[in-house]
Amino acid sequence: MIRQRLQTALAPTHLEVHDDSHKHRGHEGAKAGGGHYRVVIVSDRFAGLNRIQRHRMVYDAIGEAMRADVVHALSIQALTPDEPR
Amino acid sequence: MADIQDTIREQVENNDIILYMKGTPQFPQCGFSMRAAQALSGCGREFAYVNVLDDQDVREGIKQFGNWPTIPQLYINGELVGGCDIIMEMYESGELQKAVDGAGQEA
Repeated sequence: MIRQRLQTALAPTHLEVHDDSHKHRGHEGAKAGGGHYRVVIVSDRFAGLNRIQRHRMVYDAIGEAMRADVVHALSIQALTPDEPR
Repeated sequence: MADIQDTIREQVENNDIILYMKGTPQFPQCGFSMRAAQALSGCGREFAYVNVLDDQDVREGIKQFGNWPTIPQLYINGELVGGCDIIMEMYESGELQKAVDGAGQEA
């Protein structure tokens, strides 16, 4: 679902979505059931935007799931095609 | 509780460096807050912090205030710098040190 939303909203040239939930099992924040995800996303749309603006675009794309605690934690690496990964 | 936004604004304006986190720098309650607090401590300047777990209104209010859905959140000179990922990236590149050194310098 995260992958699909990012794909639609940001037209990435590269997209990785890792579910790291297993690394956090049992810790306080994970009790609500939300997953821990890590995203690496490369898109032209990030050109000229600072980190805050890029992360906000990713958060916005994921939308409701972020607020509803389906996603408890999201680590983001948001790059343009000419920035090194 | 409309004034929670005023309370937060006051905290952010009255502290050059302020970190909203889960737990305290000594006893962080979340890995992301822990990393953010450690990076900030590594810059060698005192900073204010708010433990959002102490106050449910602040915990929800800060997300609205920053237009940012997660905690931790770091503010320097009244501006949102970012969450854990951005703080760590900036720490590793030396930008965080510069931002911290510049705290309180602006008019």
